Parts: sequence; structure tokens; C-alpha cells
Amino acid sequence: MHNDQPLIFERSKPGRIAYSLPTLDVPAVDVSELVPADYLRTEEPELPEVSELDLMRHYTALSKRNHGVDSGFYPLGSCTMKYNPKINENVARLAGFAHIHPLQPEETVQGALELMYDLQEHLKEITGMDAVTLQPAAGAHGEWTGLMMIRAYHEANGDFGRTKVIVPDSAHGTNPASATVAGFETVTVRSTADGLVDLEDLKRVVGPDTAALMLTNPNTLGLFEEQIVEMAEIVHEAGGKLYYDGANLNAILGKARPGDMGFDVVHLNLHKTFTGPHGGGGPGSGPVGVKADLIPFLPKPVIAKGENGYYLDDDRPQSIGRVKPFYGNFGINVRAYTYIRSMGPDGLKAVSEYAVLNANYMMRRLADYYDLPYNRHCKHEFVLSGKRQKKLGVRTLDIAKRLLDFGFHPPTIYFPLIVEECMMIEPTETESKETLDAFIDAMIQIAKEAEETPEIVQEAPHTTVVKRLDETTAARKPILRYQKTRN
Amino acid sequence: MLHRYLPMTEEDKQEMLKTIGVASIDELFADIPEQVRFRGELNVKRAKSESELWKELSALADKNANARQYVSFLGAGVYDHYIPAVVDHVLMRSEFYTAYTPYQPEISQGELQAIFEFQTMVCELTGMDVANSSMYDGGTALAEAVLLSAAHTKRRKVLISNAVHPQYREVVRTYANGQRLEVKEIPYNGGVTDLEVLAAEMGDDVACVVIQYPNFFGQIEPLKAIEPLVHEKKSLFVVASNPLALGVLTPPGEFGADIVVGDMQPFGIPMQFGGPHCGYFAVKAPLMRKIPGRLVGQTTDEEGRRGFVLTLQAREQHIRRDKATSNICSNQALNALAASVALSALGKRGVKEMATMNMQKAHYAKSELQKRGLLSPFAGPFFNEFVIRLNQPVDDVNARLRQKGIIGGYNLGFDYPELANHMLVAVTELRTKEEIDRFVNELGDGHA
Repeated sequence: MHNDQPLIFERSKPGRIAYSLPTLDVPAVDVSELVPADYLRTEEPELPEVSELDLMRHYTALSKRNHGVDSGFYPLGSCTMKYNPKINENVARLAGFAHIHPLQPEETVQGALELMYDLQEHLKEITGMDAVTLQPAAGAHGEWTGLMMIRAYHEANGDFGRTKVIVPDSAHGTNPASATVAGFETVTVRSTADGLVDLEDLKRVVGPDTAALMLTNPNTLGLFEEQIVEMAEIVHEAGGKLYYDGANLNAILGKARPGDMGFDVVHLNLHKTFTGPHGGGGPGSGPVGVKADLIPFLPKPVIAKGENGYYLDDDRPQSIGRVKPFYGNFGINVRAYTYIRSMGPDGLKAVSEYAVLNANYMMRRLADYYDLPYNRHCKHEFVLSGKRQKKLGVRTLDIAKRLLDFGFHPPTIYFPLIVEECMMIEPTETESKETLDAFIDAMIQIAKEAEETPEIVQEAPHTTVVKRLDETTAARKPILRYQKTRN
Repeated sequence: MLHRYLPMTEEDKQEMLKTIGVASIDELFADIPEQVRFRGELNVKRAKSESELWKELSALADKNANARQYVSFLGAGVYDHYIPAVVDHVLMRSEFYTAYTPYQPEISQGELQAIFEFQTMVCELTGMDVANSSMYDGGTALAEAVLLSAAHTKRRKVLISNAVHPQYREVVRTYANGQRLEVKEIPYNGGVTDLEVLAAEMGDDVACVVIQYPNFFGQIEPLKAIEPLVHEKKSLFVVASNPLALGVLTPPGEFGADIVVGDMQPFGIPMQFGGPHCGYFAVKAPLMRKIPGRLVGQTTDEEGRRGFVLTLQAREQHIRRDKATSNICSNQALNALAASVALSALGKRGVKEMATMNMQKAHYAKSELQKRGLLSPFAGPFFNEFVIRLNQPVDDVNARLRQKGIIGGYNLGFDYPELANHMLVAVTELRTKEEIDRFVNELGDGHA
């Protein structure tokens, strides 16, 4: 094994530091006088010892080995990798937002509470819901929060037999996982050949044990569930609730609202639609909106507006309780609020229009080169199948790896599970036509390579800092931390 | 419309519509049934220009009393600490913050390596074998530790010390309700978990025992005495720890903890009104395949180069769906990076020095308050927080302190009725002797 890039631990040398702590201006008591011997750490943690420049060079080198939206096109389906506005970052770093303590008296954080309250009002309007909580930290956390509220609602009605949550076979993996954590059993409803929920199958699985149907609309194939009104009727008639997974809200901003479609609970991914950056995997923010009949069950505290300003209402006897310490990922909420205020009503509508225009343009131009399993207008994303290329010995994974050589992040691959050799492409509205064309050209070239010189694709990537990695050994003999060689 | 985030020109748009074969963008939305089409204009505020918005939001921020203007003695799980300047410079490298989860390892080696280093640092601090890539925060990490314990032991009863952070306990209860687990609180005695009650409650039905170290009152819990009580019944020992304290305290791993969780906020993460912070989750080797969330592992590429990948994904929701160990997907990767940078800056020497300084300053403050007649109900060893008894309501005292530019400690009466008029005081390395003396004088004068 050879290492092109040392670990920070391998750059370490005793005697170097990169910190500057305040002067100790109180008596220097020996900690051994303050802590019983058993509780006094004897072996120091092996943390790096580097200078400040060593540190900056290390992390700068790591950043160069990473691809972000600012590095290049990132059409990762269902992830909405749009541009992350820079003013958002500046606003979140204002001392009055960054350096306030969550347990300060309410009168000292009126600005923060006002921002949260106003963000909730904006999200209510955008989704068509009656109330919003900002507490959940991410989409999956929001799903679980919403499902816990649905359970509390049914139980408050004396209805303890609603043990099942229905999810389509095209659903995000978090949906069934969240249902399990919330104490439900998952039932799958099939999609039709058209890629939409099979209404007959839905009628078959729905019943007195149905707590909710979880749905993404447009779904993960990028298709709008046209029969949403009928679906809502079927679920509501059976006494169940309709849950909206907001991962794909970018497609319908200002064009349609989950609340109007009959959804009872909605979660949003502020790090997707509303530009809180993805951060390499987080932090996100997953607010949940509800219709009036679910308001009593909102997690506490709830932000309220009174005569003397904003306050945190803890007196919520039917609340599902607290889902997170404090009030959610405030710093991400500040960024999302800044974004919404930068766009306004017409800007938000233009977002979905361009997101949908871009996706349809790409889909149309690529349709001759890859299999298009669902040939109809898509919303903000679409799926292609690499079936044709697979017959030539080139798998979708190979196509994804070959895209790296062109400087692009590949689409989401092998998801949704119902499409063979799936590629799920979401361009977002912030990309220019030139960028879309360059990506399309690369995809066309790869399709040609698959026919003429498949080994170029099969052996890709050729230009990255590492080649394909041995994931099997990584899982079989896991090395999950650095161990200093102790001599 | 012209907007700096929307690059399509009218000419682009027309060309693209032609390629698609439609006359207008509206046609692309024809699949949305008319009865659910939103035809009006969203009733949200009109867009503001960058400079106007900056001005408005700066004014909103100024309505908050922040810890750069005020001298803060408020802790209770969130702390005002030194953040090395390098942290934000690394975070602002947009290759990190504008990236998604590193599912394509060849172009995500930077993030993957940074997380691998983070996992190592967590293991080093806690004395554990395996750490994941982060959780939302300390509270939800603790709740997930409880769920893991119940699933692993196939038992349904959870014992949690009520000297654990009150909000963490509330979150644990909400999660436990989802799984219909029974949560029983063990009272404190003299500021630490009552061992007699704990011993009496232990049984073969207990999935885990949850202790905070140092606990919510800042007191150092006797982990050494607790561990045999837990393991005797083959329950799991779950410890929530402030990682900074582990710069001077024996790590929970050495006391036989099975799961250690907490929040990395003290390392490089601003308080930001309670989030985003950064939960950490560490286990002993036997629990490795049950850990929630993402894990980064070391491997090699086709040419023998060292590289990193997401691994053991068979535990996760995108593979296992309803059988996953947790539903977590997004985590707090960027804050894990912040914590790694802060820990690299502080290093072996700095973490110890910072932790020691917290202890020294907190002990100085407590002894000065004692000299003024303000006493603590608890006499045991503590880290950087302690409890003092006032002779008047904490909120009144805090209102007075605020007039003097001081944010006082936490009012314990909120969560512990028996501790009405008791304040939880946090003293970090950022508090100067002069600030501490001022705080002591204000409290002492009021007390007299």
C-alpha cells in the first residue's frame, strides 16, 4: 500500500501546536487535587501535533480531493444539488445568530425567535399547511417526527389498531426505516408500468390498520402522481393520513402545494430545496408541516407570538414530546430563510419552472442514446436505464465512473430499485444551458464508447486521485480508525 | 426573470422548449391536475436585493444578546468556547460544504479522509474501538444508543439517571415511545446518580443504564462503581460525555462503557441557538455492525493506493430499508469536520490544556462564590460547571446581571423543583479572572 495523502496523524510531530489559548489568570491548581486518582486520565489521547500552516495545508489538500457544487455539475437525483448562495453563509455567521445560547431568556433572543416564526409562516404558505415545526434536524428525522404525530393522533382517537404505514416500491429508503423507528410495520404498494402508484394495489393494501401512506410527489422517477386526489380519498376514507416526503419539492414550488393535494403531514429538506448546503452529508434541516387536526401533537416547544413578543410554548399536553434538544438546526434555518427572502414569490416559482425545463431538455436529448423507461414529461428529475449498455458489457456503475473523467458528479445510480441499471438525473435550476450541454455531450460520448471501446468505460475513472476502491475488503476487514504504530 | 441564481436566458429557454417539443413551460406542468394546481402567487415576502437583505437580517441578529457582547456563564450542554480561526477557513472551502454524502469515493477522498480522521479522534477521546461519522446531536445520539441497546439485548426497560441533561432525557422518552420501551429514571443523591436505587432497580430485564459523565450538574459520576452493577445483569453501559472533559478525565471506555455518545459542540462549533451541533457515537468492537449512521473505512484502490470508502452499509436505510439499524441518513458531516479541525489545532497538548483551564477557572469561581456565602448543595468533584444556591429566584438575579452585561447561569428550578433558586454555572477558558470576579461581586452583593 502506498499513501499519496498523509493522514493528519502522520503529519504529527511532538512539540508543534496550532492553538492559542487564553492566558491562565486564576491560580494554577493541579487537577490531581480536584479529581480522584481513578478519574484522572493517565494516557493522553493520540491527537495530532501540527503547526497552523501544517493544518491548513492538510485540509486544503483534502478539499482539493473533493467535488462540490462549486467544483462542477452535480446532477444527483433526489438530492437537489443546487447552488449554495454565499450571502446565506455570511448571514448565518453574524454574531447575533452564531453566538447565542439556546437557553438564554426569551427577551434576549427575540430576533432569533422572530426569524424562526417568520420562516414557519413562509413554509406554511409554500406547502399549504396550517402549522410548521422547525425542530427536526434532517429529512429522515422529519419523517419519524411526522409519523410519531400520526400515531399520537390515531391513539388520541382511541384508534390503536393502525399499525401499518404504506410506502410505494419507488420510495426513499428512509421512509420504511422511519416507519420502523416510529413503531410501525411497513407495507409496500406497487407502481404501475407507467411509474405511478397502482391504485388498485393501493385499494388492496389500505384498510383499518392503515396509519398512513407516505408519498413523494413528484415521485422518485420524477413523475407527478396524477391521481393524487383519488389516492388521498382512498387513504382518508380508510381513516389513514397522507404523508408528503418533501425531497422533491423543488419540482412544484409555487405550482402546486402538498396541502392542497390532501396531504396531512409534510416534511421539507431545507438543505435541498432551500439551499442550506449539503455539507458533505449534513447538517440538514427537516421541518414538518401539519394540517389543523394534528397541531396538538407537534413536538414541543412551539414558537408562539404573544403581546410581549415571541415565546416558546412548552405547555402542550398532547405533544409527542421533544424530538431534539433545543429548537432544530437553527443555523441551517437561517440560511433557508435568507434564500427564501432572496427569491420572493416569483423567484420561487421560477425555480420549479427552470428545474423542470432543464430536466425535460436533458431527458429529450439523451433519449436516443439510453433507454428511457418512462417516456412522458418529467418534473425536476428523470430516470434513464443503462440496459442497452449492459448488453455491451458496460454497467451503469461504469458509466458513472466514466463521468468522473469529464469532471462531472454522476447521477444517483441503482435507485429507484424498480428500474434496471437506473440513472436518476436532477440538474436543478441553477445550471446554465452550456453546462447541461457539456454533460449531455459527455453522456453521448460514453454511449458511443460503450459500443466502440467499452474498456475505456469499464476501467474508468482514469483521471481521479484514486482508482476504483476495494469496497469488499473494506467491509470484510473493516479498518475504521487510524492506529499509531506503537514501537 | 433575471436573478443571480437563475442563469437561463430567454434565448436558451426558447431553444430548449423547441428541443422538448412544447410551446411553453406551462405545458410541462400539465400533468398536475387542475384542481390541485396553484394558480395564484405565493403570499410570501417580495425578494430583497443582497445589500437590503443583509441590512435587514443584520438588524434582526442585533436584536439578540450574543456572547461576543455579553459575558456568559450559561452552559447546560452548550458552551461558549475558543474557536481557532482556522476552523472557519477550512469550513469555507466550498469543496467541502457544497458536496453531498461521499457516495462516489474517487472524487470524495477529501471528505472521506476527514471523516476517517474524525472517527479516530472520537475513539481516542472516549477510549472506544469504533466511532461513526456523526449523529444530529448529543440528545438524539443518546436516544439512538438506547434503541441500539434494546435491539441488541432484546430487553425493553431502560434506566436513565435523572442527572442526565433534562432535554436529552425528554428526547430519549420520545424515541422510546416509538419503540414502546419503558424508561425509568434513577434519582440523584448528593449530585450524582443514587447507586443504591440503581442497584435495587437492576434486573435481567434492563437493556441499558444511561449515565452522563460529567453529569448535568457538572459532577463527575462514579463510573467505576456503576459499571459492575450494569454488567452483572448483562445490560449495556451507555455513557454520555462532554468530549472536552475527556481531555483530563479517564475516558468512559476504560470504565467498561459499551456505548459512549455526546456532542462535539465544545470543539469548534458555535452555539448558534442550539444547532446544528454534532453528535458523536462510539462503541466497543462487538457492537460495530449495529452502530447507526455512516462509517468510513480504509481500503486500497486497484493500484494499491490507500483510499477511503463508506463501509458496512448493509446496516443502513438505503440498503436495509425497514430492517435498518436506524433511519438516519443526513448527519452532521460539516460539523464533524469543524470538530476535527479544532481538535487538530488543539492537538494532544491543547485539549488537555483547555480542559484543565476550564476546571481551574470553574473551581476558582466556585471558591470565590463560597467566600461570599454562596454555597453549593453538592460537594463532589466537578468539571467546568457547578451548582450554587441563591436566596432569591434565579430569573430575578439573571435579569439584574443582564443589566451589567452578564448572561447568568441556568435556572435549575425549571427541571428540578427541589432545586428552585439554584443556578447551574458554567465557566469556560474564555472567562477571564476579571469577568469571574465581576460575576462573583454581582452575585455576592445581591446575596448579602
